[in-house]
Amino acid sequence: MHELSVCQGLLDQVARVAADHGALGVKHIVVRIGPLSGVVPELLQQAFPLARAGTMAADAALMIEELPVRVHCDACGADTEAKPNRLLCGECGDWHTQLISGDELLLASVELLKEEAHV
Amino acid sequence: MCDTCGCNVTHGNAHLAEKKNAQGHSAVSVLTDLLSANDRQAAHNRRHFDGHGVFVVNLMSAPGAGKTLLLEATIDALKDELRIAVIEGDLETENDAARIRAKGVPAHQIVTGTACHLDAHMVHDALHHMTLDGLDILFIENVGNLVCPASFDLGQHRNVTLLSVTEGDDKPAKYPVMFRTADLMLLTKTDLLPVLDDFDPARAEGALRALANPAPVLRLSAKKRDGLEAWSDWLRAQLARIRASDPAIRAEIPGRPPRFRPVNPKPATQGV
Ligand SMILES: Nc1nc2c(ncn2[C@@H]2O[C@H](COP(=O)(O)OP(=O)(O)OP(=O)(O)O)[C@@H](O)[C@H]2O)c(=O)[nH]1
Ligand SMILES: [Mg+2]
Ligand SMILES: [Zn+2]
Ligand SMILES: [Zn+2]
Ligand SMILES: [Zn+2]
Repeated sequence: MHELSVCQGLLDQVARVAADHGALGVKHIVVRIGPLSGVVPELLQQAFPLARAGTMAADAALMIEELPVRVHCDACGADTEAKPNRLLCGECGDWHTQLISGDELLLASVELLKEEAHV
Repeated sequence: MCDTCGCNVTHGNAHLAEKKNAQGHSAVSVLTDLLSANDRQAAHNRRHFDGHGVFVVNLMSAPGAGKTLLLEATIDALKDELRIAVIEGDLETENDAARIRAKGVPAHQIVTGTACHLDAHMVHDALHHMTLDGLDILFIENVGNLVCPASFDLGQHRNVTLLSVTEGDDKPAKYPVMFRTADLMLLTKTDLLPVLDDFDPARAEGALRALANPAPVLRLSAKKRDGLEAWSDWLRAQLARIRASDPAIRAEIPGRPPRFRPVNPKPATQGV
């Protein structure tokens, strides 16, 4: 599994954001993950303490928000919730759908330490 | 992937991007794709491939589904017609590359060690050990694994996912991330179908459709050299399409569904 390397990528981006804002440290990191991203939230949470050691985010907490799977139906136009392995329209059952949410792997926000009033 | 123009925001997740963090003024909303470093490298690889007019296919499957034997049979069928090269990805050994070289086709082996997938950087490194000049098709045989390889764009134009009939026809339902990325599903080892009464090709195709994937499904036995004509036709047709499209369109042809569809670009999301 590649959750550790995803974590390292995450911390690289966090470090960049922190540097851009002249922060001294990182308190809180929020990521958003859809089930179809291929990343398992529990494994990411487990990998995080290993990856953060010795970085600017050494004391940071990781919060993972899991996103629902949603599809848009090309046949009837409905937007409905779906299961990761059953991306059928919840209204009419057609399989001609487009994923509109559920494959995200996003760094959503970072809470920085010792920041001046506004960024 | 662009960090600042908001192209990560779709109408499915836009409300999340706009959500204000009530906890205080020091929170920075970023919304960047955590695989963006890989995706940037993959886009760079794709420019190399497009610059040489090479059609690149990423072969993925469970271990032992028949990727290398498929390549050997494909080379036998097409080597007088098309110039082929292969990048092999395995945890250990040069065996698969050696099998390809024995067919008279250039092959570079990537030994990944502990990594159970190829990534765009490994493929770029491999390009330094081979030439793309004059090639028609470059096959990248990924590490046998139905999990991670699906998450890493390599710069390929098409994903081909093999499902051998010895594995069970519900594999697409068990590995939706992988099978959703397939541009073609190849049912392999079909010579064994008569002795396997529990694998129903129609059910396998149904499981793929349940992932909203319209990809064609072909049946093939590399061992008996059966079904190779339809597979060769698919390769020829894709090669022609890739070559005919202009570079801008080509760059947009995803080897997998893009994680972030550029719907409705929004102003910067960096900094709240
Ligand atoms: N009966 C039958 N066996 C096959 C067929 N294709 C491959 N095999 C056998 O399946 C085994 C694995 O084949 P490979 O081509 O090495 O599979 P692979 O997907 O490259 O394996 P890894 O690279 O290790 O993931 C070998 O023993 C092959 O002879 C086929 O069409 N029919
Ligand atoms: Mg192989
Ligand atoms: Zn519908
Ligand atoms: Zn390069
Ligand atoms: Zn992996």
